[in-house]
Amino acid sequence: MRARVLVRPKQGILDPQGQAVERALPALGFQGVRNVHVGRLIELDVDDARQLPEMCERLLSNPLIEDWEIVEAEIVEAGR
Amino acid sequence: VKFGVVRFPGSCDDVDALLAAQRVGDAAVLWHADRDLQGVDAVIIPGGFSYGDYLRAGAIARFAPVMEEVADFARSGGLVLGICNGFQVLCEAHLLPGALLPNVSLRFICRQVELKVTRTDTAFTRACQRQRRLSIPVKHTTGRYYASEHQLDQLEAAGQVLLKYAPGQNPNGSVRDIAGVGNEQGNVFGLMPHPEHAVDPLTGSTDGLAIFESIRAHVGDPALV
Repeated sequence: MRARVLVRPKQGILDPQGQAVERALPALGFQGVRNVHVGRLIELDVDDARQLPEMCERLLSNPLIEDWEIVEAEIVEAGR
Repeated sequence: VKFGVVRFPGSCDDVDALLAAQRVGDAAVLWHADRDLQGVDAVIIPGGFSYGDYLRAGAIARFAPVMEEVADFARSGGLVLGICNGFQVLCEAHLLPGALLPNVSLRFICRQVELKVTRTDTAFTRACQRQRRLSIPVKHTTGRYYASEHQLDQLEAAGQVLLKYAPGQNPNGSVRDIAGVGNEQGNVFGLMPHPEHAVDPLTGSTDGLAIFESIRAHVGDPALV
């Protein structure tokens, strides 16, 4: 089954990539943009979706600096 | 003293690490797919882009067969030095606290920096007694050391922050100017600067030798003063 995992910088950790995007948008005329963060989307086919949380904890994210969230799978779980 | 330098696919500072180690002792290459540490006294995880650093720097190298042996070696008190990518690998492997994030500038930085040695009573800095400031190059994109405030307080209280960027010299936005940290037991140490690139007057500084000299001295006489 197809699953999608979102990995993003933990709240409170300086995210210069997000800041760069946040600064760039007004330069293009888009106003009112706040709290931009850039993370990763990992798509994968898995036989056993129950293994996804452990995959997230052990490899797909570094839980010290990143939060993960499983979306579009039979189970929806998040590590924060 | 015999050093072992791990070579992953994508390591690029392994040869410089070998040459630097050979200035103070013997050195051998440890292949990533082997499980044999060849009886070395100290292991060096060198800089580079292990396994391409796909996903996150150090995240995949951590699972290499040789790393299981390195982890056992570290747990039994063996000396392990991680330089740059090696530091990232040791953090991902939970052999060192914290993590390395992209530089605040998001740019690759390659330049000489001044470092402050905070302690000289450790296996990795004991040869720095007469010289507590080191001039050593950094070259990285992902060198911003991070740990939570609570963890940082603990690390500083326990004396695990062995190396800091001198005031005004922090190149990457590392918290509390941290350039290198050790584990609680004091036998594992990681740093972003490259001591192996500062061992010959030809390249401007020989300050990096102090790290290798420290390991040699420690293997010869583990008693710390």
